[in-house]
Amino acid sequence: MELTAQHLTALLPIIVITITSIVIMLVAAFHRNHKLVASLTVIGLLIAIATLALIGNQPPIQVTPLIIVDQYSIFFCAIILLTAIAVTILCYGYFQARVGLQEELYILLLTSTLGAVVLIFSSHFASFFIGLELMSVSLFAMVAYPITTLTRQGEPLEASLKYLVLSGVSSAFLAFGMSLIYAATGTMSFTELSELLSQYRESYYAITGTAMIVAGIGFKLSVVPFHMWTPDIYQGAPAPISSFVATISKGAVMVTLLKVFILLNIYQYESVITAITVIAIASMIGGNLLALLQTNVKRILAYSSTAHIGYVLVAFLAAKESGSDDTNMLAVEAVSYYMIAYIVTTLGAFGVISVLSSDQRHIDDNRDFELVEDFRGLFWKHPYVATIFIACLLSLAGIPLTVGFIGKFYIFATSVEANMWPLIAALVLGSSIGLYYYLRLVLMVFLTEKKEDSLVVSNSISGSIEGGQSDGVALPLGGQIVIAVVGAIILWLGIYPTTLIELIQDYTNGLG
Amino acid sequence: MILIWLITILFVGGVVALIAGRFNALLPRIIAIATVVIDGFVFWNFCSGADLKLNIEASSLAEGSTWITQTSHVWIERFGINLFFAMDGLSLVLIALTLFLGVIAVLSSWSEIVDDTAGFFYFNLLWVLAGVVGVFTALDLFLFFFFWEVMLIPMYFLISVWGHEKKEYAALKFFIFTQVSGLLMLVSIVALVVIHHQQTGVFTFNYIDLLDTKTDSMIGMCIMLGFFIAFVTKLPGVPVHSWLPDAHTQAPTAGSVILAGILLKTGAYGLMRFIFPLFPEAAASFAPCAMILGVVSILYAAKLAFAQTDIKRLIAYTSISHMGFILLGIFAWNTLALQGTVMQMVAHGVSSAAMFALAGGIQHRIHTRDLRDMGGLWTSVPRTGAIATFFLVAALGMPGLGNFVGETMVLFGAFQMDKTITIVATLGLIVAPVYALKVIQEAFHGELNTQNYDKSKMTKLKSHELVMMGSMIVALVVLGIYPQPVIDTVAPVINSMLYNVNTQMALVN
Repeated sequence: MELTAQHLTALLPIIVITITSIVIMLVAAFHRNHKLVASLTVIGLLIAIATLALIGNQPPIQVTPLIIVDQYSIFFCAIILLTAIAVTILCYGYFQARVGLQEELYILLLTSTLGAVVLIFSSHFASFFIGLELMSVSLFAMVAYPITTLTRQGEPLEASLKYLVLSGVSSAFLAFGMSLIYAATGTMSFTELSELLSQYRESYYAITGTAMIVAGIGFKLSVVPFHMWTPDIYQGAPAPISSFVATISKGAVMVTLLKVFILLNIYQYESVITAITVIAIASMIGGNLLALLQTNVKRILAYSSTAHIGYVLVAFLAAKESGSDDTNMLAVEAVSYYMIAYIVTTLGAFGVISVLSSDQRHIDDNRDFELVEDFRGLFWKHPYVATIFIACLLSLAGIPLTVGFIGKFYIFATSVEANMWPLIAALVLGSSIGLYYYLRLVLMVFLTEKKEDSLVVSNSISGSIEGGQSDGVALPLGGQIVIAVVGAIILWLGIYPTTLIELIQDYTNGLG
Repeated sequence: MILIWLITILFVGGVVALIAGRFNALLPRIIAIATVVIDGFVFWNFCSGADLKLNIEASSLAEGSTWITQTSHVWIERFGINLFFAMDGLSLVLIALTLFLGVIAVLSSWSEIVDDTAGFFYFNLLWVLAGVVGVFTALDLFLFFFFWEVMLIPMYFLISVWGHEKKEYAALKFFIFTQVSGLLMLVSIVALVVIHHQQTGVFTFNYIDLLDTKTDSMIGMCIMLGFFIAFVTKLPGVPVHSWLPDAHTQAPTAGSVILAGILLKTGAYGLMRFIFPLFPEAAASFAPCAMILGVVSILYAAKLAFAQTDIKRLIAYTSISHMGFILLGIFAWNTLALQGTVMQMVAHGVSSAAMFALAGGIQHRIHTRDLRDMGGLWTSVPRTGAIATFFLVAALGMPGLGNFVGETMVLFGAFQMDKTITIVATLGLIVAPVYALKVIQEAFHGELNTQNYDKSKMTKLKSHELVMMGSMIVALVVLGIYPQPVIDTVAPVINSMLYNVNTQMALVN
């Protein structure tokens, strides 16, 4: 097959990101400047988004057997790139306040984003695997950033090593699963598999292969029982990098998984569906239960992300009712909406932690603003940041006025329509447990110093306000803008979701 | 359009109070009271201009609409969700109650919250009111759920930030009870909509459209229970009542006033508006169980009230007891019982708000809520004693005051449906004076007991407190002597609800 100008145009986002990372590598080699490198990264990502607009309204283009550029992929690619910009800005603020060589981080960030983009565009198990690995391998190094690691009690290094080993294992599962499917069918291309696979419904190769792929993906999504690594990684990595793992990495995998399942109609394998049902229920209940007693906000967010992926899987499973096109469409929309809600909200929560971690006290302690106790009385010190944080928590808890509620409503609507009552019961139970720890955090934000009588509130508040000022905290401006925008999106999409729903409908109907 | 304005004014007022609180600790309370008064004025202005004489003849009930005003805008087209607000006689009475008690709530916390947190306090207070007005007027089920939650979160903050010694526990308990039952309601709403979708091919959350949904008995019963549990938790009724005593005890005075006076009424409103009209068959077969639950609430809560030593906790249990009459009345489902229910909602709203305001006032002065620490207060503050006696006597159902009208009408109505249950419920009228008189005796009579507080702190009621108490006394007396206007306002709504349910039942049979 010949590469024409049209094909190259379709590949532009990938090319732009690649070039940007090379440019940054060269700039960093000759002239170290943190601000310059960070700005170049943002500009590169912005250009990549602009190229997406260029190819936005075209029919799907198959570029080599590996890549397919369709509406669905373009839409989520745009979301991933926007998130990457936000993470870049958060990284700049976070690492600017710390000593060390920061420029290389942005190369890793770009290559990891590149991996996510390739993953989303993939139409072949080879590109699927390359994308996933490119994303993960860059993350190993990112998790262990900054170079001041040694003074941080080795935590980032430990986290990185854990991630490396477990990610390696899951990749092995994936690769083995893919090869089994190849052994059965003789192809790895999604389009060919979609026709062939139904003939191999009884083949043990295909079923085992699919099951192993599900297990491998399960690691990346950190669903129960493959969730053990998440809290350690989230806690060990610097806050903005944790946000990258939680949003871009998980988002890209989930989005691609949905595409693969629908394209290959893996819903025909009853046993795989049963397994995913069990995984979903275990994640919703297990994730929320494990989060209950944590004292570290990053760990809470890690377990809650497990639960949230469980919620998404409920809608994901509803897509199997392909008998009625309506349900199928609704399920795809629900997964898309919830993933966006999840990405925005998680980005906000980690963004707040990143921004607050620039506090000198935490840099000296070599830890982030991450303990539940750190959040005590935040509202009276930093009212705006605290308000955004509360919006994020309420959105995670699925309370109205926030995007998380509309997402949860979508999942409820989908699952009731598909009559999946056991999953609905688990969803209600999981959300109820979740309320407890989200609210505990919300409450912490409003609390004042530990005093029993409420009548002394006023004194202690003015005391803590003075305390806040004496810290002399100048929160990074870029990060503040990012979380303000994210907070606004959370509220806007929670109050007026129609715009996003229409966008999702436009861009995902090729899939349903 | 007026309804959207009513809600918007409260929302905006809350934000203004929040911002003003950053500059001056005394400004928010003035903004808060101005907001509620303006809202009340707008509402009054509308009501005096509108044609409230909706006395629909029995013959024209089928076509007649009981809506005084309605407005609808597209919100989320994908699911057929509209910003559909409408007001009928029932909503009108309850909005009036909400705005009246809103003013009382602001006044009752007038000198309690005057520090840096005041802005946020009044923000929450006004947003609760906005949420409640939304609940009383939203007739799109999604919108209804939306406001159901909107009134919940600010209330959670009111308890958890400005509450007393065990505020965190109480706030969390309050939130989890209401939120979990709310989730059940959400599932029920979605299930109802999906069934309607399967029957007609249209996604809609519109209450009026959903009234035509046919649910078969098993599924209908499940969905109905989802609604029922959410509303009974809010009401609250035994066995899901246990959050209320904690929430009331720990809440700041204004929080208690709103909680008892208005928030509990949203549960009653939900039961009336949704259970029978949406699921006539399931509700009718469930009615005996619900009525028994009502009676159990009346007697059990009254017994628990008698055992309390914490004055706010005691009043909280009496609230549960009085809410039992509402449960009884709604499930009796006839004209007399329903009219009695509305009267009881209004009268109990006023009397319980007054008692919590008084209890809060006493606590604010002497820093204790324990009846054993009080005693002989009549000698130091006779006027407070007299006022407290008035409201306690009102609560126990003295003829000539609002609560008597409500409870008797409910009992008369329920008697027609089930004699045994009603006779047992009547015992509630005997137990009520026991706990009411216990409060009067222990707190106000006897020797003056100042062991646990400084005598000089127990001061007389201030002028703003006298104004609010006075206005509530007048309200209860008027409701007791001349309840006809309230009954006339809600009569068309009740008649048309009864008519529609009966027609649907007739169709089924």
